[in-house]
Amino acid sequence: MKQQLESIQKKALETLETITDIRELEDFRVAYLGKKGELTRILKGMGALSPEERPLIGQLANEVRNALEEGIATTRGRLLRVAREEKIRQETLDVTMPGRAKKLGRKHPITIVLDEIKDIFLGMGYEIAEGPEVELDYFNFEALNMPKNHPARDTQDTFYITEDVLLRTHTSPVQARYMKDHKPPIRIICPGRVYRSDAVDATHSPIFHQVEGLVVDKGVTMGDLIGTLQVFAKGVFGEDTRIRLRPHHFNFTEPSAEVDVSCWGCGGTGCRICKGEGWVEILGAGMVHPNVLREGGIDPDVYSGFAFGLGIDRIAMGKFGIDDMRLLFENDIRFLRQF
Amino acid sequence: MKAPLNWLKDFVDINVGIKEYVNAMTMSGSKVEGVEDLGEGIEKVVVGRILEMEAHPNADRLKVCKVDVGSEVLQIVTGAPNVKTGDLIPLALVGAKLPGGQIKASKLRGVESYGMMCSIEELNLSRDYLPDAPEDGVYVFSEELEPGTDIKEALHLDQVVEFEITSNRPDCLSVYGLARETAATLGVPLKKPDIRVKEEAGGDASDRVSIEIENPELCPRYSARIVTDVKIEPSPYWMQHRLAAAGMRPINNIVDITNYVMLELGQPMHAFDFSCLTDSKIVVRTAREGETLKTLDGQERKLDTSMLVIADSQRPVGIAGVMGGENSEVTDQTRMLLLESANFNGASIRVTSKKLGIRSEASGRFEKGLDPENTIKALDRCAELIELLGAGKVVRGIVDCNMTRKSQDTIKLDPDRINALLGTEITAEKMMDIFRALEFEVDPNTMIMKIPSFRSDIESVADLSEEVARFYDYNNIKPSLLSGKESMRGRKSYKQRMEDVIRNTMCACGMNEAFTFSFTSPGVFDKINLPADHPLRDTVVISNPLGEDYSIMRTTTIPDMLRILSINYSRKIETARLFELSSVYHPVDGEELPEEKSVLTLGMYGEGCDFFELKGVVEELMTAMGIAGYEFKPEREEPSFHPGRTASLMVMKSDGTQLKAGILGEIHPEVAEKTECPERTCAALFEVAVLIDASSLSRKFKALPRFPAVPRDIAVVVRDEVYVADLMKAIVKAAGEILEDVSLFDVYKGSQVPEGMKSTAFALSFRSADRTLKDEEVNTAMEKILKSLEYQFDARLR
Repeated sequence: MKQQLESIQKKALETLETITDIRELEDFRVAYLGKKGELTRILKGMGALSPEERPLIGQLANEVRNALEEGIATTRGRLLRVAREEKIRQETLDVTMPGRAKKLGRKHPITIVLDEIKDIFLGMGYEIAEGPEVELDYFNFEALNMPKNHPARDTQDTFYITEDVLLRTHTSPVQARYMKDHKPPIRIICPGRVYRSDAVDATHSPIFHQVEGLVVDKGVTMGDLIGTLQVFAKGVFGEDTRIRLRPHHFNFTEPSAEVDVSCWGCGGTGCRICKGEGWVEILGAGMVHPNVLREGGIDPDVYSGFAFGLGIDRIAMGKFGIDDMRLLFENDIRFLRQF
Repeated sequence: MKAPLNWLKDFVDINVGIKEYVNAMTMSGSKVEGVEDLGEGIEKVVVGRILEMEAHPNADRLKVCKVDVGSEVLQIVTGAPNVKTGDLIPLALVGAKLPGGQIKASKLRGVESYGMMCSIEELNLSRDYLPDAPEDGVYVFSEELEPGTDIKEALHLDQVVEFEITSNRPDCLSVYGLARETAATLGVPLKKPDIRVKEEAGGDASDRVSIEIENPELCPRYSARIVTDVKIEPSPYWMQHRLAAAGMRPINNIVDITNYVMLELGQPMHAFDFSCLTDSKIVVRTAREGETLKTLDGQERKLDTSMLVIADSQRPVGIAGVMGGENSEVTDQTRMLLLESANFNGASIRVTSKKLGIRSEASGRFEKGLDPENTIKALDRCAELIELLGAGKVVRGIVDCNMTRKSQDTIKLDPDRINALLGTEITAEKMMDIFRALEFEVDPNTMIMKIPSFRSDIESVADLSEEVARFYDYNNIKPSLLSGKESMRGRKSYKQRMEDVIRNTMCACGMNEAFTFSFTSPGVFDKINLPADHPLRDTVVISNPLGEDYSIMRTTTIPDMLRILSINYSRKIETARLFELSSVYHPVDGEELPEEKSVLTLGMYGEGCDFFELKGVVEELMTAMGIAGYEFKPEREEPSFHPGRTASLMVMKSDGTQLKAGILGEIHPEVAEKTECPERTCAALFEVAVLIDASSLSRKFKALPRFPAVPRDIAVVVRDEVYVADLMKAIVKAAGEILEDVSLFDVYKGSQVPEGMKSTAFALSFRSADRTLKDEEVNTAMEKILKSLEYQFDARLR
């Protein structure tokens, strides 16, 4: 009987090796360990054994049963693993096929640039001020040291509603309004839409967007203006960007400057974007003119300040390489979805 | 302002290369727009004299010439039809470089030719520069020149620097003013002109003419000279070429001299034919009612009483500072002149020139406010040139009507304040040097400076700071960042944060941001079916628009949204989803400025775009903005929208009342057709201020459920007209607080329900926060719901 058991175990374990699917394994289990199984059958014959033999054989039989059960468990594990591997093999995807589009909407390039600019100045403690687009001549020009019939008005072709009301030609009137309502220290930027009587073409639009900046405090210097513009330029155009100030004239600042940034196309060596100059003009700036401070109710002998104004549309065009300004207002979906 | 380099060199030594010069001037505030090299690409072209000319033995059209080029006589074959023996012509020698290529010795039909006679085209020169050039053929010099002279010298082919002059610096609208800036920039001396007038005619100018200024506030100074024995002829080459290089057309010696002096010294001049001045009198006065004047451009001008004119005893002979009159124009017959050198009020000249639509070199200078001290110098320079050119004899003396009372202004140099404004540590000595170079008189002890009369732009310490800074170089100022100032908190206002929420939500919902113009055409209202008396037709009108299409400020953004949807549709783009956050402009009675309202506009067409898609976007927006208690109501009164597929969005104001925040819906089919939008185009328009008023950024946490939910469905049949929203409200009300959620999952119309009825099916979810619900509780609630629906809507359980 002992021999019988040992040969069953040997045979069974050999059989297990050859089993390849889970139903076969179940049949095997029934064949050996089921109620009518081989091992059960042998154990049923244990009654015929002598009392001396019985515990020994009983123990052996248990060992065989354990060995078979263990073998079945192992085999089941093996079969499941093979089956999973097979399943994985079959359900492999071509991951190079396109994803299911989610189609998020996009912000307009002007908004994207404006958001960047806002972030930079919010981080430096500025608030965002706003003002009307249909504006009084007074705030757009007179309060900015440009009385009626001043030749400097020629540089800003103006749309008029009446003699005293116009479409603002720059965001600077917000400065003038803000100074009337607020005491220094002042740190604001004023983004917004502005209007100039320019016909529409690839580089001109009668409507475009500016950001104005204004700082008024005791002891504000031109050095502060330059430092601030450096932070701005690096933030928008990248850490390697340099700026260059050229003397210029604006009625509402003195000293005044036009500000160039090192060309984003070539880094300053000269290319098509900067017309070989290495520099691209992006903004106007200066120290707030004493007359403008005075008009805003601020004593220029106590306070000083700087202001700057820049065109967002042009910067967006530069940053994204957009070569035609009209695209910004045409709203072709294929354009808008590129940003 | 175009300044030929050699003209500048009359007054200052430019000891650096052109590139360095241009850069230095730009960085000191005289921005250079460009440099034109008139002689660019021309080498080894000289003046040649044709000594002999014979027919070509083998060609009818060619001629064989002997040309003297100074050092030798060359044989040249030419086809030029316009040359004859004795002519002086530009000759490109063998080895010469021309913009079109290099010249080689060649054989033309068997005859050797050692060079080429040139046309102005071959020299790449314009007819503006050489107006006497023939239409066809080689250029023939009209002035006597030495054969062999380099063409660049003969034709004064200079480098012309174009400066951008800002409106505060009319003194730089002159070669001399730019030379002064050049001297200060390069640190070299300015060569002041030494003007000498011989005054060879007999008598005194003051005996010949009387001058009267009626409006001294408009004309502070009028100075004049008289010239007799005038001989009108072309001015010499050098003068013609300088004028042409600076962008002015040569006319005759007298006109050229006045223009030359204007360009050189910045003082506009005018020459009157003296014989045309009735009673030998000049009266500077405003025009009389109804007066007219034919100006030099041949146009009859109607004058009004605000315009300053130069008149004789009877009539206007010129519009002051703008343009002369034909009735006193210098002609070939002119024998005696009155030379005018005057100072006019800038604003007055500007208004007159704008009214008449005349912008002249003179008015462009006067309107910026010129130096009254400059009139005499300019007259003298004019007289000197007339004598130099032999154009006439100058009568002794200047008749000078000087009503300026201004003594020379002074200003104190305060180096500390300048350094404080700039953030620099520039020494007082360095500052004084800068001002001396700019012709300020500086007293080193008192630091009081006399401001030169031509610098009326200098008023305050800020102006002085700019002068210092631009010669110190802005870029040498050390950058700083408001160090030591009180630190401030940067932040967005609630409104600005909400605008961010709106944009972000729109993008998350697949809407793309659009930017459209804020002015539009009055024709758009018809396109969107607005009745003739609709309040939105009351608009802000632009008085000088770019055209009808851009002539009014918009009161609604719907037409623009439809226009850009239609553009996309016409370009075969299948689906478009757009939004815009922008303004509309409503006139307000009794107010100067209109009300500017911020509006949110949505528009969509194409795949998956219908009313409920749009409504879903709006519902997401309500959630994102924290707007609770909003409601959609059917809207039939919007003329641009489909009456059966449009809703009003109602929101709760902070005081609890309901307010219409806007509309959303399908565009009226007729509007869709008129605007060329596809059928089923949807749009929405909301007032941002109303949305923001109802919004909130505060959020409260609600504990997650710990007990199971009991799901139930209910389907009822109701009449078609019953609104689902009303059914849902009734369900919520009847169910009590154990109802956690209700949602519509089916609406059915068809054979299973009677005509005019619909079946609506809702999924309900019941749950309690503190216990597991018993079936009986839910059953009771379901019964209440059913009863309520039966009672209120005649609903029948399906």
